[in-house]
Amino acid sequence: METLTELQWIFDVLTGCGLLWLAWSCLSSRNLHRAVVQFVSFGLLMSLAWVRLEAPDIALAEAAIGAGLTGALLMASLARLPLSGSADIRALKSAERIAGARLLQLLRNSLLFAFALFIIYAIFFLPPEFSGLREEVATEIENAGVRNPVTAVLLNFRGYDTFLELLVLLGALFGVRIVGMQPVRTSMTSEPVLNILASLLTPILILVAAYLLWIGTDGAGGAFQAGAVLGAGGVLLLLAGWRPARALMASPFRSLVLLGPLAFVFVAVLPLLSGRALLQYPPDSAGTLIVLLEIAATLSIGLTLCALFLNVSADDGEQP
Amino acid sequence: MNALLPYTLTGVGLFCLGLHALLTHPHLLRKILAVNVMGSGVFLILVALAKRSDSPVPDPVPQALVITGIVVAVAATALALNLLLGLAASSGKAELAEDLDE
Repeated sequence: METLTELQWIFDVLTGCGLLWLAWSCLSSRNLHRAVVQFVSFGLLMSLAWVRLEAPDIALAEAAIGAGLTGALLMASLARLPLSGSADIRALKSAERIAGARLLQLLRNSLLFAFALFIIYAIFFLPPEFSGLREEVATEIENAGVRNPVTAVLLNFRGYDTFLELLVLLGALFGVRIVGMQPVRTSMTSEPVLNILASLLTPILILVAAYLLWIGTDGAGGAFQAGAVLGAGGVLLLLAGWRPARALMASPFRSLVLLGPLAFVFVAVLPLLSGRALLQYPPDSAGTLIVLLEIAATLSIGLTLCALFLNVSADDGEQP
Repeated sequence: MNALLPYTLTGVGLFCLGLHALLTHPHLLRKILAVNVMGSGVFLILVALAKRSDSPVPDPVPQALVITGIVVAVAATALALNLLLGLAASSGKAELAEDLDE
């Protein structure tokens, strides 16, 4: 453990308190719109905490996904909800006034408190030293084909997890399509500021995504962060009123969404032909394979995230 | 351990705050926010606890797990929001029925 200066300690305590305060006010503020904004700032403060915990990869993912995309999804959904949020706190208050609910409330709160104490107790009695898997990763990193240990774990050592994660994203997209929200027709007012911003930022976001993808083999970054930035660019375009042509939404869309999982299947099966295990890349070509895999995964992740947003905010004509 | 205390305790606090809000608020959007806060708490505990070692390099495996978790969380949130919108469109309500006042 590094020697911790007092200043860092104070910073950590303040960050922790800020996180707790933001979470509390987000979960209890009267106005749902305000709650969503507070949730976004909570995500940004979380990414600061990740930096302090020496996890820059997570910080990037949190800032792009946790704060950015989740915030956009929440805002878009909130705009389509029939009720404005102030009603829900009132409903809560009236529910609490009912006699008998008091006892239940007391019981629930004490159970929660006991649960919190139990977790803290469990954490305190963990062994103070724990090396985890960092030595194993450090010895195998030469054969991984990339130098960033997190990328190596994500795409090489635990490639299985990442493959299944792409399938989870695909599953979520299927689910969203099946629920098939009836889109609301709204007249698209052209917002000059948003249009200019979108046309300026979209090329930059694509460039940032490509950079994150490329740097991910050596430093903080990688397919998820790049995919999230790409998805954010798409969301920005959708917000500015751009809608993909129907021809694009059919087979080009589907093949791009499937590109990541299919590339994974291909790369996973390839080592089987040379007598290796599933997903066990040959060390000399591992770097190339991982970069190819990451490009495919980035495109799929970006497009899937963007499509998830399109369905929440769908406001043009019919479902593609 | 000492240096990681603020973040582990924050993680526990976030999880419990989220759980409390999940149980008490009838509005479904608030419940989705609560589940996200709970998830952040779990991620924070996972990464903070993985740092208790003399080694200067952080353990990459929990970090990779958390990145995976963040992406899964956003996918689940998108699906949950769609279900919420579907419910709101078909019933006009975005809240669970109060089962207390029966």
